[in-house]
Amino acid sequence: MSHEDEHREASERASGRTPASIDAEVREIRTDGGDDVEIPEVDHVSGSGVPIRGNDIDTDQIIPARFMKVVTFDGLGEFAFFDLRFDENDDPKDHPFNEEQYQDSSVMVVNSNFGCGSSREHAPQALMRWGIDAIIGESFAEIFAGNCLALGIPTVTADSETIQELQDWVEANPDEEIEIDVDAETVTYDGKTIDVTVDDAQRKALVEGVWDTTALMKSNAGEVTKLAEELPYVPEEAIPEAE
Amino acid sequence: MSERTLYDKVWDRHKVTTLPTGQDQLFVGLHLIHEVTSPQAFGMLRERDLEVAYPDLTHATVDHIVPTANRDRPYENDAAETMMAELEENVREAGIDFSDPSTGDQGIVHVIGPEQGLTQPGKTIVCGDSHTSTHGAFGALAFGIGTSQIRDVLATGTVAMEKQQVRKIEVDGELGDGVEAKDIILEIIRRLGTEGGVGYVYEYAGEAIENLGMEGRMSICNMSIEGGARAGYVNPDETTYEWLEATDYFQDNPEKFDELKPYWESITSDDDAEYDDVVTIDASELEPVVTWGTTPGQGVGVTDPIPEPEALPEDKQDTARRAQEHMRVEPGETMEGYEIDVAFLGSCTNARLPDLRRAANIIEGREVHDDVRAMVVPGSQRVQEAAEEEGLKDTFEEAGFEWRNAGCSMCLGMNEDQLEGDEACASSSNRNFIGRQGSKDGRTVLMNPQMVAAAALNGEVTDVRELKEVTTV
Repeated sequence: MSHEDEHREASERASGRTPASIDAEVREIRTDGGDDVEIPEVDHVSGSGVPIRGNDIDTDQIIPARFMKVVTFDGLGEFAFFDLRFDENDDPKDHPFNEEQYQDSSVMVVNSNFGCGSSREHAPQALMRWGIDAIIGESFAEIFAGNCLALGIPTVTADSETIQELQDWVEANPDEEIEIDVDAETVTYDGKTIDVTVDDAQRKALVEGVWDTTALMKSNAGEVTKLAEELPYVPEEAIPEAE
Repeated sequence: MSERTLYDKVWDRHKVTTLPTGQDQLFVGLHLIHEVTSPQAFGMLRERDLEVAYPDLTHATVDHIVPTANRDRPYENDAAETMMAELEENVREAGIDFSDPSTGDQGIVHVIGPEQGLTQPGKTIVCGDSHTSTHGAFGALAFGIGTSQIRDVLATGTVAMEKQQVRKIEVDGELGDGVEAKDIILEIIRRLGTEGGVGYVYEYAGEAIENLGMEGRMSICNMSIEGGARAGYVNPDETTYEWLEATDYFQDNPEKFDELKPYWESITSDDDAEYDDVVTIDASELEPVVTWGTTPGQGVGVTDPIPEPEALPEDKQDTARRAQEHMRVEPGETMEGYEIDVAFLGSCTNARLPDLRRAANIIEGREVHDDVRAMVVPGSQRVQEAAEEEGLKDTFEEAGFEWRNAGCSMCLGMNEDQLEGDEACASSSNRNFIGRQGSKDGRTVLMNPQMVAAAALNGEVTDVRELKEVTTV
């Protein structure tokens, strides 16, 4: 298969993807984000895994800047990890995202300081559009984790040994399911359940379905104006009339 | 109330409420936007039929993809033209001030905010760019946000955040010749690690920080994020106030200066403020720092040996091995003499007027090495103009540097300024990630502007202190 085909396939998969366990409602809000839509709860995510090994994998590796020359996030999935996946002639290199056995994977297992660098939301957008619904890792860069949360993607953490064991297991069992219970802060695989850590605010936001903050914060508009009025540097004319 | 840091005080003044998630809803005093991360957010706003809540507290410029050579419209690069046109439409519709290239005020967003007096102590400042931490140099609480958060800020004037811990980084002693603010921050990141600041905001203090001008303080706060800290700040002082008084905003509104100064003074950290962690660094021990690897934490004094991966903490060894392979460097050797093909003087870290002056001082009357492609990309049109007026452009051009228009340029390789193949670049920018400068085989060596100038002359990494008399910061 040529890489163009792979791209196309990845792109198609990204646009019409069928995540293993997240209900349809979730995908709906991710694509149209209508204001009246109830924000879905993301308390469980499950699917087969894909190991991405290495510390300090930065956002330039997740999505090189030259693929950011777009005004929408559509179609970014095919460019996820592009320079790690393709050589200078655009021929595929060894990378889990290129491997047959991981093409339906939705739970990524990474090491430490994943997503460091730029604030580009293009990074989690590309991963999500490739098919990733959740990430388990040793640690995450803050802005990256925040961007994931804004998309409803849990970023859960565990110690180095636990992660390596899980990566080894995923490699040996690429089709087997991993289940993340966000509320209970556990990951279940291979018939066992292990404890993981989910940041408190992230857990609440995902479990209670308040990870889309726009509507939530919009409802406090009155209090916001009041606070703005009390800040000495905010010019009066900058403050909108109460609605 | 005492025992509070600037971070505590600014946070409390801007906290609207605690959200059901446990995060705080913070009011945003200044929202800076640029062409690459904002169009999607405006799109999300339209989908929801929402308007920009605080257009007067929002300011736009174009920096990431804007060409730095030919700027005739339409831009030669279609993507650049599309993104520019999109931004123009969005700011026009929302009534947002736009420092576009026709105004003479355009430039890298983290250069123009401080220049125009938009950046002030005690403000909360956000932008869809991780180097927003730069504005902390003025005692603002400033951090980068993602596109969904840009949507939040556009729609509500607020952002949802979790409060972090504060680590005070006390930098004592005096900097030696050829050693700059850039070397302080590269040393901090080397010591504390690229993820050492996750969960923290950094407060930079101490004699060496106080002695820096605003530009040096900006270089340091700028790279907080490279150490994992989303924000970093310096308490405002007379140096800060002097800068502010000279900006457009306070020149136009002199009464505002007197009105706001008590607020600025009130938000500085208390003498007895409590910190979650304190780290001390002796600036007098530093020499110019250069990176040998592919993260900003992989730095070394220019005369010190590149570390053996085995000598590093276990979790850093694998990354170090791969980095040394990519960079083609050997542990035990120094970076001095590492051949370079490109010299890039620019970026939100080091493209302000004093940065250009110090570099110009090194190259004056000398010539760029025959095998080196060297360019200067001023941080803003104002920096460019001022530099041209004082003859720096001539100095650079006579030495063989190319003089460009303002923008992010080769720091992130989104426009036409890119490394080719496996070129090695002596760069005054902030990231040496693989692929960062536009070529996945490219090799970036981060260093201060004087060191970039020295490398450009010799075609290899050079200890600027050996080159000629150098100015101090």
